[in-house]
Amino acid sequence: MRLLIAALSGGLFGAGLVISGMTDPAKVQGWLDVFGQWDPTLGFVLTGAILPMALAWRVAARRHSALTGGDLPPPPPQTIDARLVAGAALFGLGWGFSGLCPGPAMASLSFGGPSFLIFFVAMVAGMLLFSVWNRRA
Amino acid sequence: MNPDWIAGLVGGLMIGAAAALYLLGNGRIMGASGLLGGLVDGSGRSNRTERAVFIAALIAVPGLLVAAGQAQASAPVAGSGALVLAGLLVGFGTRLANGCTSGHGVCGISRLSRRGIVATLVYLLAGGVAVLLAHALGWTA
Repeated sequence: MRLLIAALSGGLFGAGLVISGMTDPAKVQGWLDVFGQWDPTLGFVLTGAILPMALAWRVAARRHSALTGGDLPPPPPQTIDARLVAGAALFGLGWGFSGLCPGPAMASLSFGGPSFLIFFVAMVAGMLLFSVWNRRA
Repeated sequence: MNPDWIAGLVGGLMIGAAAALYLLGNGRIMGASGLLGGLVDGSGRSNRTERAVFIAALIAVPGLLVAAGQAQASAPVAGSGALVLAGLLVGFGTRLANGCTSGHGVCGISRLSRRGIVATLVYLLAGGVAVLLAHALGWTA
């Protein structure tokens, strides 16, 4: 059952990404290009995504467990630390340069061609680099 | 209304519904960088099959939609060198910040998480700076 939900959720996520335009790097750069030819489309994507999720959090607050029986996530940590800010800044730079973030990068793999594969491999390498650095830090 | 905006809203609602299903069904936060990162560094060993199934569907369904002519394939906006740099930054940065657009943006903001809101403001700002830089440096595919 957990695997079926994971497949449905992953498939719906992928469909939403490709239909919304999130997998189009030009559109993403257009959204971030506030001082140039600003394209507000991604604002609609983010708003559309937050609405059902805000409802889901309200439902989750009244439940003791997930439908498959496991725990629901604990309340979010509140700490704003250097890791959060520095990590978000590095991520944002990469996002702006390429027009790709992790979800759309994976969703584009099946149709994007070699450029998207290069980005994906570099992203996995970045994750591995972090893991090595984090063990030393 | 601009048809792109309607597609954005509809696609966004699907993304949010996927996150809601994952939360209420499996009790997990749908964060793309965390789901993948846990497989990459082994920290998600305990539920790796679930992660792999999620990612397999996330990769396969867009491919099917594009093949069926229901969605547009897209082109890169940067050359290989810039893509490698960007990929390294996205991979390292999302693990350091413990989340990306889906985890901090969609799942975090919707529960008014302080960390999610701050991360989203920072990566939007950095993204804007990066686009200005990329244009100034003439980085194109």
